[in-house]
Amino acid sequence: MSEKKIRVLIAKPGLDGHDRGAKVVARALRDAGFEVIYTGLRQTPEQIVEAAVSEDVDAVGLSLLSGAHNYLFPRVIELLREQDANGILVFGGGVIPEEDIPGLKQAGVAEVFTPGTPTSETVDFLRAHCGGGE
Amino acid sequence: MRQDFDDLLTKGRAGDKRAVARLISTIEQGGEESRSLLTQLWPHTGQARIFGITGPPGAGKSTLTNALTKCWRASGLRVGIIAVDPTSPFTGGAILGDRVRMGDLTLDKGVFIRSMGTRGQLGGLSPASAGAVHVLDACGYDLILLETVGVGQSEVAVMETADLVLVLNVPGLGDDVQAIKAGILEIGDLFAVNKADRPGADRTANELRAMLELGEEEKRSLPVLLVSASQGTGIEELCAALDTQYQYLDESGELAKRRSLRLRSELLTLVREGIEQHLLQPLLDSPTFQQSLQQFQARKESPYLWAAEFVTQIKIGGSGCELHES
Repeated sequence: MSEKKIRVLIAKPGLDGHDRGAKVVARALRDAGFEVIYTGLRQTPEQIVEAAVSEDVDAVGLSLLSGAHNYLFPRVIELLREQDANGILVFGGGVIPEEDIPGLKQAGVAEVFTPGTPTSETVDFLRAHCGGGE
Repeated sequence: MRQDFDDLLTKGRAGDKRAVARLISTIEQGGEESRSLLTQLWPHTGQARIFGITGPPGAGKSTLTNALTKCWRASGLRVGIIAVDPTSPFTGGAILGDRVRMGDLTLDKGVFIRSMGTRGQLGGLSPASAGAVHVLDACGYDLILLETVGVGQSEVAVMETADLVLVLNVPGLGDDVQAIKAGILEIGDLFAVNKADRPGADRTANELRAMLELGEEEKRSLPVLLVSASQGTGIEELCAALDTQYQYLDESGELAKRRSLRLRSELLTLVREGIEQHLLQPLLDSPTFQQSLQQFQARKESPYLWAAEFVTQIKIGGSGCELHES
């Protein structure tokens, strides 16, 4: 019927209430033909993983500006593994210091897009790693 | 492949959300695999109650879905939710944001939520929503809530998939003439006016009631309830009214009638899809058709005659591709 559509969950873990970045990315992915599931602010890693599993997404984008990324990003990955859903790619964005990025990648975060990254870069990255799509 | 579905179905019935999710994705993907899955599901369906919730954008459908689900969960029912949001006609992309209002339910093991894009389908649902309902039904969800996209006046597809339709309205959208127009307001089995704390809610409810009373053939009046989904007022009453309404439909024979009509329309859709794929698509792809298009454009041939002849060819068993030039 149709080629597989790329589905991405955009989530805001942690306690900061700034979702402009998440919305910009969501909008860019929408315009690239992806289905974006947006779950809103202040989600726990458990909620994010549960939603990602139910929605059967190809990728989860985590946006965080509170500084808790070194805990929350790896926690999401850990929970995905527990659910046997480690096929879901995890990427991150927000105010993430350069020096934290290698550690996050080590933990399984596929890529981190810091402020100023053109949205096309995120789109291309997901197209390359999630297969299918238009 | 068949074995695969068996395994997923067993897991899905045991409450494994990942298995349910995979099954729904198979349906969304369409094609042969989806067909074979649905065939396998079929004997296990027909158990769940299917409730539709529809109404204009921003009326509070997702918030109400969240509130109603908590009410049903309190009585121990397993609830499946299909929430539809619009797909862009330009890019095919979508923002599916219904979950924002359903955060309370995410971690509940007895609730499954799936967001879907309309993917080009008009009418307020998604091409795969009926199939997804079958998956949830077969996986043992007692109650399935089908939340449509925010609708205008004429998106009534939900009545073909749900047993019962709740039409949600909000104050301030129009007067009593809006209330007697055909379309969305005709498909409600019951009505709720959300945001009851806002001015004008009573008036909106009264206009709806007046509209319902104008109908002569209606044997009994349909309920119109005032609720505030975000504040939780009127939810238990609405929950009870939905149950009563469902029971009425069941006992009066209306439910059986609706389900039989639904089957008929599902079957017709399948046949139509098959015809489109096997007869129409080859025609559209054929060079003969391209040439004829030019002839139509130059007004040298009549598309009306051409179409009639095409249908005659099908009737006598010819294939669309072999249509001769007239």
